[in-house]
Amino acid sequence: MSSTAKLWLLWVMVTLVAAAVLLTGMFYGGPSRATLLIGETTSGHHQIELACGACHTTPFAGPEAIEKTCQGCHADELKAAKDSHPLKKFRDPRNVDRLDKLAANKCITCHTEHRADITNPMGVTLPTDYCALCHQDVGKNRPSHEGLAFNTCATAGCHNYHDNRALYEDFLEKHAGEPDVKAKPVVALNTEKIEIEAAGEPLTTAAAADAPAAHRGGADVMSEWLATSHAAAGVNCSGCHAQDQKSAEAIAENWIAKPNHKTCATCHTMETATWLQGKHGMRLADNMLSETAGLYGMFQNRPLTPMRTEFARAPMQSKLPHSELTCTSCHGAHDFNTVKAQTDSCKSCHDDEHTRAYEGSPHHKLWLAESSGAAAKGSGVSCATCHMPRAWMEDESGYEEFLAANHNQNANLRPNEKMIRSVCMNCHGLGFSIDALADKELIKRNFDGRPSARIESIDWVMKRVKERGSK
Amino acid sequence: MLSFSKSLIASAVAGGCIVCGAAVATVTAKGVEYKDVADMLIAVMVADRTVYTKKVVQRLAAKQKVIKASEHYDDDKALPLPAQMFRFGAEHVADNTDKFSYSLLSLWPINKQNAPRTDAEKAGLKYVADNNGKNYYGEETLGGQKYFTAVYADVAVAKVCASCHNDHKDTPRSDFKVGDVMGGVVIRIPMAN
Ligand code: HEC
Repeated sequence: MSSTAKLWLLWVMVTLVAAAVLLTGMFYGGPSRATLLIGETTSGHHQIELACGACHTTPFAGPEAIEKTCQGCHADELKAAKDSHPLKKFRDPRNVDRLDKLAANKCITCHTEHRADITNPMGVTLPTDYCALCHQDVGKNRPSHEGLAFNTCATAGCHNYHDNRALYEDFLEKHAGEPDVKAKPVVALNTEKIEIEAAGEPLTTAAAADAPAAHRGGADVMSEWLATSHAAAGVNCSGCHAQDQKSAEAIAENWIAKPNHKTCATCHTMETATWLQGKHGMRLADNMLSETAGLYGMFQNRPLTPMRTEFARAPMQSKLPHSELTCTSCHGAHDFNTVKAQTDSCKSCHDDEHTRAYEGSPHHKLWLAESSGAAAKGSGVSCATCHMPRAWMEDESGYEEFLAANHNQNANLRPNEKMIRSVCMNCHGLGFSIDALADKELIKRNFDGRPSARIESIDWVMKRVKERGSK
Repeated sequence: MLSFSKSLIASAVAGGCIVCGAAVATVTAKGVEYKDVADMLIAVMVADRTVYTKKVVQRLAAKQKVIKASEHYDDDKALPLPAQMFRFGAEHVADNTDKFSYSLLSLWPINKQNAPRTDAEKAGLKYVADNNGKNYYGEETLGGQKYFTAVYADVAVAKVCASCHNDHKDTPRSDFKVGDVMGGVVIRIPMAN
């Protein structure tokens, strides 16, 4: 063989090997996958970007299949948000011409992934004046809106595409003129006692602990456990470390040193389910595989690892690299201190202006007063009060509702008007809440001060009410 | 929010307000005429609207006074208005089948999304408004699909239909009176090619 032919052969071989490596990375995962990302993912999905199959269920799945996966994770949230533009609005054939202008029956029309160059807040990849496509003639019925720029509809604090629970006209009218701080500023749901189903006899002494000798914790562990509502509700060591085991031998044999979120989910179903939807737990949701089994055993099913601070895009403390985020990261392993979990745990990772400004803020002072027992239950404002508030949530069957802390921090965060009804309006008037949430600097100062912005939506509504009255 | 007395009287009358075709449908081995299918569907819709109005809203709101009816029924912990109930049914049908679809529309809509959009809707709503007691049947092509489109008048059978609409802040027309056609139910059935 001539040397040219040899070179050609070598070139072909190298190309084939390289292609094979890349293709297997694409189909099965593994180390080469990260290099294959077709563009930076949005902040909503970056944590699971290497679990390609979460959205691209099959390698050549079309847009329809992707849509299904959007719904799979986000449908409940949209329902809870009383989505103003639900899919069902666009099924009627009378709207087909509208769909030609904007396929509003598809999530990916407005939210295209892997397009960092055109991604706006909320993961919107359309130019921000998209409202004009259908609501061009809004000025006809709302003279006040005549001449307003369409890129301000969803950015001026007045409207959202999906969630308008706190922004619709009659709601603004009903809550116009409310004081900045209400007469009885208390978060109502935080005053409610959550009933524990299937609670057993309280366990009150370390002697009652059923951990086998080899795994028995020290006195500190025992006293932490005895102080919890776990012990008070009869949840023994085996309740978490060896579930469903009765005899001492069975407990010893099936002992799990570090129970994971699935163990917690046995009792804390809603908390875990929502945690898996949010940024803290989404990497651990079902079917988040960074590698899929195949190719004659060369690849195995490998779930994503738990979240770590160095994966985050939001500013984090640098002192905690490689510590994995699980239930116990915030709740502790045996003391399950909910007071700590509501502020200190957050601060142990998060390191942004808003977090740093919490200490000493008015909300923090209220929280100190409540947690020291000086002020009424529900009057304090911890990180969790706003970011993981309690909510009534439907279980999977859709037949029952449970009151639980919503551990999906995102369910109540963006757009931030989502918080108005679930949180702010427990204590503040609607107008004040809207203004405060529109003031970025005030948010950075963790609401230490007064809103400098004034969103005029309530004024406009009241002007319209007045005009109507004088007609 | 809508006032109590208005909504409950409305509900008392909403049931009987759709003028229905009385023709006899023939079901043969070959199939059913599009027109007959539409007439059958409107009969079910009228029945459901009447039952909801009378057995739920009228009974619980007007008579037994245990609950109100309100546009913001969730926030106000109230019953949905009959018109909303009608739309929720239509949306539910759209979730489950594309064999037909329907909506409650008007040439003078409170909710601007209930304004006619297609030519057949415009023609149909005008026809039932101008021709007392008659239904409109037509065909139209939307997005490349041919539809049989029927429009049935929705009439202000009581003062309160008119007064609630007349007083509503979003109404484009405030001179409705009893007996006026206020809008229509549009039923659409995709036609085989
Ligand atoms: C208590 C007030 C109220 C009463 C009474 C009432 N309606 Fe309505 N109606 C509404 C509202 C509000 C809407 C808009 C609902 C929507 O689609 O959001 C509406 C919608 C409609 C529509 C669709 C077009 C539109 O305006 O948006 C028709 C047609 C209609 N009503 C007819 C009637 C008839 C006929 C009656 C009497 C049987 C009646 N309504 C009684 C409040 C009322």
